[in-house]
Amino acid sequence: MKDILRINHLSGGYGKENIITGLSLDISRDDFMGIIGPNGSGKTTLLRFASRVLTPRAGTIYFKEQNIIQMDLKEFCRNVAFVAQDISTGFSYTVTEIVAMGRIPHLKRLQFETKKDREIIEEALILTDTLHFKDKRIDELSAGERQRVIIARALAQEPALLLLDEPTSHLDIGHQIQVLNLLKKLNRRNNLTIVMILHDLNLASAYCNRIVLLDKGAIYKEGSPGEVLTYQNIEAVYKTVVIVNKNPVTGRPNVILVPGEK
Amino acid sequence: MIKRLKKTLLLLFLLLCAAVILGLIKGAVHIPLADIFLQENQAIINMRLFRILAAILVGSGLAVSGIALQAILRNPLAEPYLLGTSSGAGLAAVVAVILGISRIYMPFAAFLGAVISIILVYSLAREENRIMDKSLILSGVIISVAFSSVIVFLVSLFGNEALHEMNWWLWGSLQVYDYKLVLLVALPVVLGIAVIYLFAQDLNAISIGEEESAHLGIDTQKVKKILILITALITASLICICGIIGFVGLIVPHMMRLIVGPNHKVLIPSTCLAASVFMVTCDVFSRTLFAPVEIPIGVITAIIGAPIFLVLLKQGKKI
Repeated sequence: MKDILRINHLSGGYGKENIITGLSLDISRDDFMGIIGPNGSGKTTLLRFASRVLTPRAGTIYFKEQNIIQMDLKEFCRNVAFVAQDISTGFSYTVTEIVAMGRIPHLKRLQFETKKDREIIEEALILTDTLHFKDKRIDELSAGERQRVIIARALAQEPALLLLDEPTSHLDIGHQIQVLNLLKKLNRRNNLTIVMILHDLNLASAYCNRIVLLDKGAIYKEGSPGEVLTYQNIEAVYKTVVIVNKNPVTGRPNVILVPGEK
Repeated sequence: MIKRLKKTLLLLFLLLCAAVILGLIKGAVHIPLADIFLQENQAIINMRLFRILAAILVGSGLAVSGIALQAILRNPLAEPYLLGTSSGAGLAAVVAVILGISRIYMPFAAFLGAVISIILVYSLAREENRIMDKSLILSGVIISVAFSSVIVFLVSLFGNEALHEMNWWLWGSLQVYDYKLVLLVALPVVLGIAVIYLFAQDLNAISIGEEESAHLGIDTQKVKKILILITALITASLICICGIIGFVGLIVPHMMRLIVGPNHKVLIPSTCLAASVFMVTCDVFSRTLFAPVEIPIGVITAIIGAPIFLVLLKQGKKI
């Protein structure tokens, strides 16, 4: 079984309105998938369905052959982790406490973390380069540091599939590359499947092996960066003029914005 | 973490022992420590022991309810008194007494009143299907004032021996009138605290955000409902033995968060002990400051709690 997540004819949204309409998508184990599309195209909604926060009106999502709605919630969260854009909390938890929450799906009620849990937490801290401020309070950190802590918490869940909602949106270019390099490393070495929403088309092009271009709640085009990131596709969906050439380093598509009226 | 927890708990336990001894020897009559086992002092010591038991129940029950409400509503000001739960329970208890219902059933009436006031406050604070932080406390305080006025009205109109005096209801007292009732309400209070502690992990996750906790495998809506009902149960039980005592759920949890941090696995047990120390000590003050006149205990907690409330209100969301 190569596919880790299969989305079949998914429709649904908030209230009566369908934001996703009849969307089907297969995600394989080794995928590093980018989801792109204009605002309101349903990117975040799609991830919220995949992470079980929303329940589909029609269609089914399978995680390794199991309908995710029928899976035990904790079991599901031991396999699929979600990284939000940012977290805000009024409580001054330390970095370690936040990352330790990633172990909740693995713990019984009232169970304190065991030695093994603490090792997993430390490993997540090391991988995300957050170990050196593990005792700092979460509200003292910069946005980039906080983002890495949220990723560390997701890694402490020991998931097979990691869903990320614009993990780089609050970061400067240095930290953007740092976070994406980390994800790439996890994808290669730890066999972690990555599905993430990205706004930056060139980052998506440089890092993803597959890109899904969403438009109005459906897939407009899906495939390798070379197949999806063409000026025809981008202009049709984003309603803006671009030039696409090749990134001289990666050889992948490089999208150049053209300022001015269309 | 477990080591730190043990150390904190041990320290607080020793403090509690000290407070209990203080509670036993101090009062309208001073009994030297050496004489507490004397036959002639037995009656007073027994009375004081029950008072101390009541103080421990009230302190830990209200403080832990405060912790649970602050985490699930992600609002630093949430606690039974400011959310109007206490006065709702109080009003229902007053009505029950006036209707001549047996004292043993008073907690049930109070529970009903607590749940009704919670539903009322929530529907008032709901705007477009979302609970607004500021309006939640605002509606809570309004309901609290309204229900307290009705209590005053009913007690002045129907005041009789079965009904305590007005001050007892509005400002609380740890004077024990009915030993059986204290033992009866001890059960739901202790069980309630235990259940809240069972949800310590869930509280950690939910305090970060409802969607965040769902991503960690927690059925957030279910957990919220269970915990709100349990805080109502604890508050209602306590109303029956001590009247309305405010701010306890605000003072001790915030103090303890500064000392042990916000992790609920550590925060809940240490707050239980700290709140017990706090209430037993407040009770000693209420009995001795202007002895033989007893100052209502709610006055003391309000004098300490009101400034803390203001600071938290100014600070905004940060806890």
